[in-house]
Amino acid sequence: MTVMQHVWIVLGVLFVLLNIAAGLIWVERRMLAMWQDRLGPNRAGPLGILIVLADTLKLFFKEDWIPPFADKWVFIVAPAVVVGSVLMSFVIIPFTPQIIVSDLNVGILFFLAMSSLGVYSIVLGGWASNNKYSLLGAMRGASQMIAYEVFMGLSLMGVVMLTGSFKLGDIVNAQKDMWFVVKQPLGLILFFIAGIAETHRLPFDIPEAESELVAGYHSEYSGMKFGMFFIGEYLGITLISAVTVTMFFGGWLGWSFLPPWAWFFLKTFAFILFFILLRASLPRPRYDQLMETGWKILLPLALANLMITGAVALLIRG
Amino acid sequence: MFSHIRTIWLTFLHLFKRHVTIQYPEEKIRLRPRWRGRIVLTKDPDGGERCVGCYLCAVACPVDCIALQATEDENGRRYPEFFRINFSRCIFCGYCEDACPTYAIQLIPDFEMGEYNRQNLVFEKEDLLINSQGKYPGYNFYKVAGMDAGVKQKGEGENEDAPVDVHSLMP
Amino acid sequence: MNYLFYISSIVAIAATVMVITRHQPVHALLYLVVSFLGVAMIFLSLGAPFVATLEIILYAGAIIVLFIFVVMMLNLGRESAIQEKQWMQPKTWIGPSILTAILLGELLVLLTMGGSVPMPQQTVDLKKIPLSLYGEYVIAVELTGFLLMAGIVGAAHIGRHKKKYLHRFLKQEEEAV
Repeated sequence: MTVMQHVWIVLGVLFVLLNIAAGLIWVERRMLAMWQDRLGPNRAGPLGILIVLADTLKLFFKEDWIPPFADKWVFIVAPAVVVGSVLMSFVIIPFTPQIIVSDLNVGILFFLAMSSLGVYSIVLGGWASNNKYSLLGAMRGASQMIAYEVFMGLSLMGVVMLTGSFKLGDIVNAQKDMWFVVKQPLGLILFFIAGIAETHRLPFDIPEAESELVAGYHSEYSGMKFGMFFIGEYLGITLISAVTVTMFFGGWLGWSFLPPWAWFFLKTFAFILFFILLRASLPRPRYDQLMETGWKILLPLALANLMITGAVALLIRG
Repeated sequence: MFSHIRTIWLTFLHLFKRHVTIQYPEEKIRLRPRWRGRIVLTKDPDGGERCVGCYLCAVACPVDCIALQATEDENGRRYPEFFRINFSRCIFCGYCEDACPTYAIQLIPDFEMGEYNRQNLVFEKEDLLINSQGKYPGYNFYKVAGMDAGVKQKGEGENEDAPVDVHSLMP
Repeated sequence: MNYLFYISSIVAIAATVMVITRHQPVHALLYLVVSFLGVAMIFLSLGAPFVATLEIILYAGAIIVLFIFVVMMLNLGRESAIQEKQWMQPKTWIGPSILTAILLGELLVLLTMGGSVPMPQQTVDLKKIPLSLYGEYVIAVELTGFLLMAGIVGAAHIGRHKKKYLHRFLKQEEEAV
């Protein structure tokens, strides 16, 4: 692959991802409305799709306010960290056999590393805001993400064990006969729960919990800095959906009447919709319940899944 | 755990249900005749004002948004000199309509009263008075009232006996 | 690849210097994260991607977060900085800094004296790591396991929840009985 091709792939992936993240503003509001028997935004443009433009313009032109009591530089860095770390994770996602920025041989570990860096945006954003609610949100976010990161990694290791490789390209190719969702259903469920907690989406949106903590760690943010958190959250949803599809649902594999990238996007989109459906249907657990399920139920389950997978793999290999 | 999955499924099914949203400015909701909206002052079938300036509406009003001053014309017919309702205070409870002895003050099914200037929400008598009999067509207070206010002579009203000459009442 | 190594080394060293000189502990920890990322890059440029990612996941992603977590709750302010200055008497720092200076001198001497050996670069295959961990160094792994188990048991013991009374009123009632 030439350098130019590589640059084009990077730019293309970036373009598509940012557009998806922006488009999700509309998709989420519209789908939430559908599930609540409402109509949702339907005024600007056909079916209200220009709400994306309106929202983005609004964010751009809002006053970019840094509170005088905030720690200025950390306050500025925090929202950039979340977008940066999530975008970095997309480096290893194979959209098709050709379109992949870099098929690292530590693939999944790189994804885990980047998602673990995402904690900093919450912690630093909350701390730099110098606000009680933000700090509470930051502390909740930090402990939640550390707790759920642990078994997020472990739940993926079953798939790695069956494939024998960390490379996502290899993992997809290993699913030619059967998707890993059949062999690793528990791994899928655990990974998805951890993914919701990592992106702090709605059943687990305890760091922001608007009914308790104003807006949690980003209470003090406005304008495009808030927009970065916003985009980061949507990118996070897309990332978790994409990784789920790659790991458990055969990535770009599918019947030949559609091109591989279309299969990938269809599957990813289905999971994004599932994220929104969860938001529409499930209530938020209490903070201690969240931590308790994380450490006392889900982590042992992930370990058990790993052990059983290993034992079965050993038995089959003889 | 099962209940969670059931919740998710039931929420998903709502995708195929009808919306309850009414696209307001284009579609309008059907308001019932007794819907309590804007307050009006109605007129008798013969075109005279029904309001007799009894102040009962102003007394009944829980938010004190009605102000009026009663006066009389040369026939002794009472009418309000001014009648003012401050709709920025009004809560559309309908107590004034209940209190009114002459069916003059009525609430009609109209709620589109948005204004940019709050002062414009203070309605004077000329804004309130409509050329209609409202919900009680054919009702004319002075026809059933015992007194003579230029509408009919004493004793000529509906269900009214002729006045008794007290001087002729002999035991 | 050599340039990558030098750039990331310079970043790591600069970040580490910033860690030492910051007054605000959270800023210092942030620079520590940068330093860890620099070190991870060094590992990556030397052909050890596994160690690099582990460095990020464990040190940058988990341990420093816990540090920041604790620092956030300590609410360090101006007073604690003044207090810290009082601890930093010359007699406390002079001994360690002499020793460090000797080490630095040795390092400089070695850097200038030693002939230029080309940097050994070979990518470590991921499969080699578990094979050596559970083959050659199995005793070390087991010992680490013991150590971590002791840590977990200790943490569980300290963190055990001994809540007898659901509410202070109930406690008084029980005492009265």
